[in-house]
Amino acid sequence: MEYFVQQLVNGLTLGSIYGLIAIGYTMVYGIIGMINFAHGDIFMLGGFAALIIFLVLTSVFVGLPVVLLLLVMIAAAMLTASLWNWTIEKVAYRPLRGSFRLAPLITAIGMSIALSNFIQVTQGPRNKPIPPLVSSVYNVFGISISLKQLIIMLLTVILLTTFWYIVNKTSLGRAQRATEQDRKMAALLGIDVDRTISVTFIMGASLAAVAGTMYLMYYGVTVFTDGFIPGVKAFTAAVLGGIGSLPGAVLGGLLIGLIESLWSAYFTIDYKDVATFSILAIVLIFKPSGILGRPEVEKV
Amino acid sequence: MSNISNTHERAGGNLTAQALREGFFAGLVSLGLFVLFVGLETTQNIRNELVLNQRWGLLAIFVIVAAVGRFLSVAYLRPWLAARKAAAAAKPAEGEESFFKRNFSKIAIVALIFYPPIMVMLFGVQGSLKWVDNFGIQILIYVMLAWGLNIVVGLAGLLDLGYVAFYAVGAYSYALLSQQFGFSFWILLPLAGILAAFWGMILGFPVLRLKGDYLAIVTLAFGEIIRLVLINWTEVTRGTFGVSGIPKASVFGIWSFDVSAPNNFAKAFDLPMSSAYYKIFLFYLILALALLTAYVTIRLRRMPIGRAWEALREDEIACRSLGINTVTTKLTAFSIGAMFGGFAGSFFAVRQGFVSPESFVFLESAIILAIVVLGGMGSLVGIAVAAAVMVGGTELLREMTFLKQIFGPDFTPELYRMLIFGLAMVTVMVWKPRGFVGSREPTAFLRERKAVSGNFTKEGHG
Repeated sequence: MEYFVQQLVNGLTLGSIYGLIAIGYTMVYGIIGMINFAHGDIFMLGGFAALIIFLVLTSVFVGLPVVLLLLVMIAAAMLTASLWNWTIEKVAYRPLRGSFRLAPLITAIGMSIALSNFIQVTQGPRNKPIPPLVSSVYNVFGISISLKQLIIMLLTVILLTTFWYIVNKTSLGRAQRATEQDRKMAALLGIDVDRTISVTFIMGASLAAVAGTMYLMYYGVTVFTDGFIPGVKAFTAAVLGGIGSLPGAVLGGLLIGLIESLWSAYFTIDYKDVATFSILAIVLIFKPSGILGRPEVEKV
Repeated sequence: MSNISNTHERAGGNLTAQALREGFFAGLVSLGLFVLFVGLETTQNIRNELVLNQRWGLLAIFVIVAAVGRFLSVAYLRPWLAARKAAAAAKPAEGEESFFKRNFSKIAIVALIFYPPIMVMLFGVQGSLKWVDNFGIQILIYVMLAWGLNIVVGLAGLLDLGYVAFYAVGAYSYALLSQQFGFSFWILLPLAGILAAFWGMILGFPVLRLKGDYLAIVTLAFGEIIRLVLINWTEVTRGTFGVSGIPKASVFGIWSFDVSAPNNFAKAFDLPMSSAYYKIFLFYLILALALLTAYVTIRLRRMPIGRAWEALREDEIACRSLGINTVTTKLTAFSIGAMFGGFAGSFFAVRQGFVSPESFVFLESAIILAIVVLGGMGSLVGIAVAAAVMVGGTELLREMTFLKQIFGPDFTPELYRMLIFGLAMVTVMVWKPRGFVGSREPTAFLRERKAVSGNFTKEGHG
């Protein structure tokens, strides 16, 4: 039983990270209907930004409190990743809006290849380890929960609440939902559609950057190829939860994280990614609208 | 015309100011983008700790290039392009196409047939190896794969992101069956195709109901599952170590390319021993396979099944209401596309002599799909041109040793291959969203065959 709960905690931590990335996928897919393939690499980029800021801070100010360190890392990663995603949207996706459907998918794949190779070229192909940032571990009823895990879960809850509030209660969120439903009508009603879409990309990127920072803190290592697998898993999470739905993305992320850690714990670790991909295929085939998504109506 | 020049004169001062503003802004943005990744480099020191290297000079170059580039493009390039477009619109449409343009495919095939002898003449037997193998064979493999995928994506309009799975099935079928049972290449080539087609059917069946991006993602998942199984099923596939020592192909069993064999090709013709003959043979083999793919595609387009594919791409609902069985139509598209992937895979295995899951990552699927889309889906010539440009262009980077003199001896152009490939994908797509060849030959027409713009062909929903 303790082993099971332990795996549950591990799975929820991993799932929180996937959920944070998945929100970016779900929002972008919701608003312009494209799979932003480069989103996983934005996540990786965020991790790298946090890594570099960490190295700068630890070499310039020795003995900085960990809380401050983490906050600055997150802020820097969010800023950098947002700027990148904003630029990418402007350069690679916006000119193709309204063009045929495959075009933005191809540019997104191209951007994904370019981004990961950009990091490889500028930062080197090797694994980048960092010393552990927070190492305290608490023992609750025989289950060990590390402070890292608590931070990740807490941050996910805070961010999800904030973003849920933005999307559902503010005028910006209203503009986003209107653009999602009918772009032309939204534009006629005076919504700056381009700006709304840019903001969506920025929001997605900043969440991915937080996830990247957390991933770096959790595993203590990052590498330029880190974007692809978490990216695909996060997309699976978004689809599983119902694409376009914010709570769905996090729910999907948590489920994927749980499945992955429980599968590794009770079956074989080798096939954990096969399990994730199989779930993706099965969900899409039998319930394409996901758990919390709206079913799509086919119009003739 | 006078209109345009007038507005230019009036906007002249404004334009420079605007360009300056935008250039400054671009510089600022690029500073933000690159300050962490270019300005600082993380490297390991002797104690294996990460330390930072400062590269502010390089960062300055990046920022200046971005700012100046933006300034020039706004101030000069854009007005020039606009003027050229206006001039082109004013000029009457061109009449006859040139002889070269009309017979492009025939000229290209003849050139390809004479490619190896010309290379041998230019660089000698041993020197031609690089040009025949790295350029000729490499590009032709991608041409063949892209033509195979074109059946699925370009004709039937089914977006497949896991095509590399069938390539892997073909490669592993040849590698494993030839090692276990000692079958020759000529028996296993069709067998690999059949097995891949079978897998195309198996993987196609569950995704019949899916459309568009969802189909793309599920096929991506299938591709990854096959790769992960290849990695983890170590008893059969030897995991990440791969299968090595795959036997070579022979010229229909008449001449062999094994050095020790009595019927060795070089010995039979009293030629000096060289591996170049084998590569030249492989070149003709892949050329024949690629042309077979093209021929089958062209013939199938004129058959009911090919027309059903294209009808499916244009409108699935209309297609179904006209009595076309969409299930068999989709499955045949998947399996025939997969079959050519399998052929290409077994050729890949015989060429490398070694297969490992490393060769069948998602990136390969993405590259093949990119070639199909960049070539203008459905156009065989366009796809071949796209493959030559994208694959040949990045291969060419390996040859650019003169860049070392500019950037110093540490500069390795290969490192930038995939970066440039990715950026090229974006650039070409933004520049020509309909691909290199923008016009299509219609399959059904009234009295006279006219080329139609690619804008009128749909990309399919499925």
